[in-house]
Amino acid sequence: MIINHPILGPRDAAEFVYLGDASLIDRPDWQAEDAAEQFYKYGYLRDNPAGQHQELWYHEQGDRSWLVVTRNTLSHEITQVELARDVARAKGRDT
Amino acid sequence: MTQVENIGTAVNFVSEEAQDRTPTSFAGQVNRVGTGLTNPGQKMSFTFNGRKMTGFGGDTLASALLANGQTLVGRSFKYHRPRGILTAGSEEPNALVELRSGAAQEPNTRATVTELFDGLMAKSQNHRGSLNFDMMAVTDFASPFLAAGFYYKTFMWPKAFWEKLYEPIIRAAAGLGSLSMQEDPDSYDKGFLHCDLLVIGAGPSGLMAALAAARSGARVILADEDFLPGGRLNAEGLEVNGAPGSMWAANTVAELASMDNVRMMTRTTVYGAYDHGVYGALERCTDHLAKSDGKPRQVLWRVYSKRAVLAAGSTERPIAFGNNDRPGIMLAGAVRTYLNRFGVVPGREMAVFTNNDDGWQTAVDLQNAGVELRAVIDSRDVDAPVHLPGVRYLRGQGIVNTIGRKGVKAVETTAGVTLPVDAVAVSGGWNPNVHLTCHQRGRPQWREEINAFVPGGVLPVGMAVAGAANGAMTLAAALAEGQAVAEAQLTDLGYRPVAADIPEAQDEPSKGAAYWHVGESRTRAWLDQQNDVTVKDVKQSFQEGFRSVEHLKRYTTLGMATDQGKTANIPALAIMSELTGKPIQDTGTTIFRPPYTPVPIGAFGGRSRGKDFRPTRLTPSHRWAEANGASFVNVGNWLRAEWYTKPGEKVWRDSVDREALATRTSVGICDVTTLGKIDIKGKDAGAFLDKVYSNTFSTLKVGRVRYGLMLREDGICYDDGTTARMDEDHYVMTTTTANAVLVYRNLEFARQCLWPNLDVHVISTTDGWAQFAVAGPKSRDLLRKVVDEGFDLSNEAFPFMACGKVTVFGGTPARLFRISFSGELAFEIAVPARFGNSMIEGLMKAGEAFDAVPYGTEALGVMRIEKGHCTANELTGQTTAHNIGLGRMVSQKKECIGNVLSRREEMIREDDVKLVGLRPVDRSLGLIAGSHFITKGEAANMANDQGWMTSVAWSPNLGHSIGLGFVKSGDARMGEVIHAVSPVHGTEMDVEIVSAHFVDPEGERLRG
Repeated sequence: MIINHPILGPRDAAEFVYLGDASLIDRPDWQAEDAAEQFYKYGYLRDNPAGQHQELWYHEQGDRSWLVVTRNTLSHEITQVELARDVARAKGRDT
Repeated sequence: MTQVENIGTAVNFVSEEAQDRTPTSFAGQVNRVGTGLTNPGQKMSFTFNGRKMTGFGGDTLASALLANGQTLVGRSFKYHRPRGILTAGSEEPNALVELRSGAAQEPNTRATVTELFDGLMAKSQNHRGSLNFDMMAVTDFASPFLAAGFYYKTFMWPKAFWEKLYEPIIRAAAGLGSLSMQEDPDSYDKGFLHCDLLVIGAGPSGLMAALAAARSGARVILADEDFLPGGRLNAEGLEVNGAPGSMWAANTVAELASMDNVRMMTRTTVYGAYDHGVYGALERCTDHLAKSDGKPRQVLWRVYSKRAVLAAGSTERPIAFGNNDRPGIMLAGAVRTYLNRFGVVPGREMAVFTNNDDGWQTAVDLQNAGVELRAVIDSRDVDAPVHLPGVRYLRGQGIVNTIGRKGVKAVETTAGVTLPVDAVAVSGGWNPNVHLTCHQRGRPQWREEINAFVPGGVLPVGMAVAGAANGAMTLAAALAEGQAVAEAQLTDLGYRPVAADIPEAQDEPSKGAAYWHVGESRTRAWLDQQNDVTVKDVKQSFQEGFRSVEHLKRYTTLGMATDQGKTANIPALAIMSELTGKPIQDTGTTIFRPPYTPVPIGAFGGRSRGKDFRPTRLTPSHRWAEANGASFVNVGNWLRAEWYTKPGEKVWRDSVDREALATRTSVGICDVTTLGKIDIKGKDAGAFLDKVYSNTFSTLKVGRVRYGLMLREDGICYDDGTTARMDEDHYVMTTTTANAVLVYRNLEFARQCLWPNLDVHVISTTDGWAQFAVAGPKSRDLLRKVVDEGFDLSNEAFPFMACGKVTVFGGTPARLFRISFSGELAFEIAVPARFGNSMIEGLMKAGEAFDAVPYGTEALGVMRIEKGHCTANELTGQTTAHNIGLGRMVSQKKECIGNVLSRREEMIREDDVKLVGLRPVDRSLGLIAGSHFITKGEAANMANDQGWMTSVAWSPNLGHSIGLGFVKSGDARMGEVIHAVSPVHGTEMDVEIVSAHFVDPEGERLRG
């Protein structure tokens, strides 16, 4: 596969480490009333969609960016690649 | 006669002059009737089963064997039937041979694609005794009992027979060629290529596609599995622009090869289509040479293409009839290849059996070559498409049986005609080579007009198909389509194709019938000759309910092994379709997967083998350690000194005990460079560390170090180490050796994904600094001789857990940490890695006055067990801070990774296992790591399990064996004697639960 890195251009997937569902960005509030329940879901429950999937890839053999890659798990078509930091900020992660 | 003109005549490679020369010039090559495209000036000597033969440059092993009259070349897989050469290409199921000798011996090589070289040694395979008298041929007579599913049904019972009887017999009988069992003497490389257009196949359509792309300026790679590009143009007598097709191919290749933007790759098989225009290709660089001479034998290429044109051509399929596997029975197209390209005929008295017009071309070529043509047998009830004077036409008939054992002697037709022959050409029509179109789950479509599957469904991204691979089965159509498809691909890429004329050629007759097997056959009719699968096996598979093509494949082994059923699959599934009454389209094909043809494991391994399988990381003191008697141990990719042997030391314990004792009584030095080192900078560095560590670091004073414990998000212990605050906004973290890369990865995740607005940057400096532990009561004295004047190392100025920047040996920058893994007064000192060797030499020289010793990982381990410090034996990924007695370190007052889930009920149970020390009641006994604990008086079973021993060592300081382990409620059971049981070792002994701090429990030494 080839991942079109937003800064470095097209790179072979072999340069990356795969993590999984990009929902890992959505780390719950540790002080929430039901923090334990939320962290349980955050840690253990994932969707496994056949089709569009947003996932985290880490450019370990490159610039060490974490990327959010939107990939179709059936065709491997990649429709969007973003810096995970930009995605996290856009989601309003405050610190 | 007009039809004869239509079909053309064989190119005059087989001149009368050549025929006249046969007896003398082609000595021994009894079936050489011409020279074709070979180079008779280049004479090649080779042996087959020790028999000396000759061939020409440009021959394949198969063409040379045929030229020498060797039609019997091997024995079949299951029944040891005599087999010959069926094809002239990579689809060959039968002619598998062993090449070369000694370590270079290579089994299961297809003679049809093996380029002949001078000195080649080839042997036939799969026979006990000689090829002519195979003792295993007896299995053929047992064939009624060995049909499909035989193994599944037979070797079931009695159960005890499996290991002792069935398996050894099956193993001895299985397989074809044999391995040398020696290391492969050749080397293999990997490479990467980029192009605008990858053209797969250099036949008529591939050459046209490459030419169109090359002339437009695009970067082109043209790959072909053959050593002579041209595809069928080299095998047919067809003309292009009024000249032999092979000549047009040669000229076109020459033009392409002269262009800078073209990479012409012969002997290169594109074996797989992967995601996003990536293709796998195997280039055979020295297989055609007697010796590799240090060059890589094969190169595995990863080709990155923007677009691709698949011009892989088509493969002829046989018709199944009784005893259709006898040597001498060959595909009609292959007969033309041997005749026109190599000047070789498989026999002198032949018959042609066809269900289509194309088979007639073989008859024409054979007759022109002077072969005695006994008959053309056509399954169709049609007028002869070609008038062949003097040749018998058996209309609407089929071959029902053949006579002969090691070679065909006669054939019988459905109408009862018997024809004496020594070879037969068979054509069942042609299958487009759709394989690569299916590697991304494309599904081929059945096209009625040509009775074959053509590419269908979703093709790999960027791929288009041209020529016979796309169902354009005639020459003129293939040429035109090659150009048109390439032009469309180029336009798509933004190139402007240069208008060019399509060369003049004809559309040869190509009508055919859907006729798969001769139903009247009373003897076995073979479909898959590599796996010995017959029409009857397919019928049996159907009767027993294995009706989907995937089940058919698994049940009968049809389509497996080196040829992957390239000649067998379609006839077999056509027969299955007849049986089920479902159309072929609905019967479908099995899924085509890479590789298209076999790729050696050696090529996939490339240079990554033996010690180069992984990189080897050497510590900065490696050279010094080597010179000073060190033994080394693999720690991840690192090599670390495990101990240093002194003269007179007989076993490893002698060295380890000495090192541990000397360190505790004077001073020892250990290279600890392998531990992960991460620089953390920024005004939010402290706040960031608070989030990734379970304890607090923002409150750490500049110039101080703190032990840190990291959790996973699920609350389990992840890693530990020390982190030093060098400056207000600069921390230096250490990690365990094993987790250095992973911790760094997680820090980047936390920084970029979880807390993206923190002002903090991290960088791995593990390789940047050479770091040494200097431990023992004399460590300060030693360091005073190393650290430059002006730096106060007194306990008051530089106490336990202090850190700072110093210089050593007159100005070399260094980082100094007062931390201790051994429990002694100890320091760690780091210098830029390039000074590592000088540093170990300087430290040892300065240490001479104190009898300083270097110590390795074993002594390090002994001392850490004596102090009850955890390593990966304890932090297993299943243990919590609560288990190791550090539960209180997990702050609940701040946000940090893992603290929420670490509070879960099951993870903080009071009766959970706790880390404790253990010593044998009988001090003379050695503890055993991995032992499980059982309360005294209870049975040793898992229900009574009380925990397990994680680490053990002989303590030279205490004079007996000590251990660490996890015991249920262990902290409340100090002094209890418990049973340590190791069923694996067959040992059990009484051990006492004690504090994990065996040496200096109050920690006075390290603060001294």
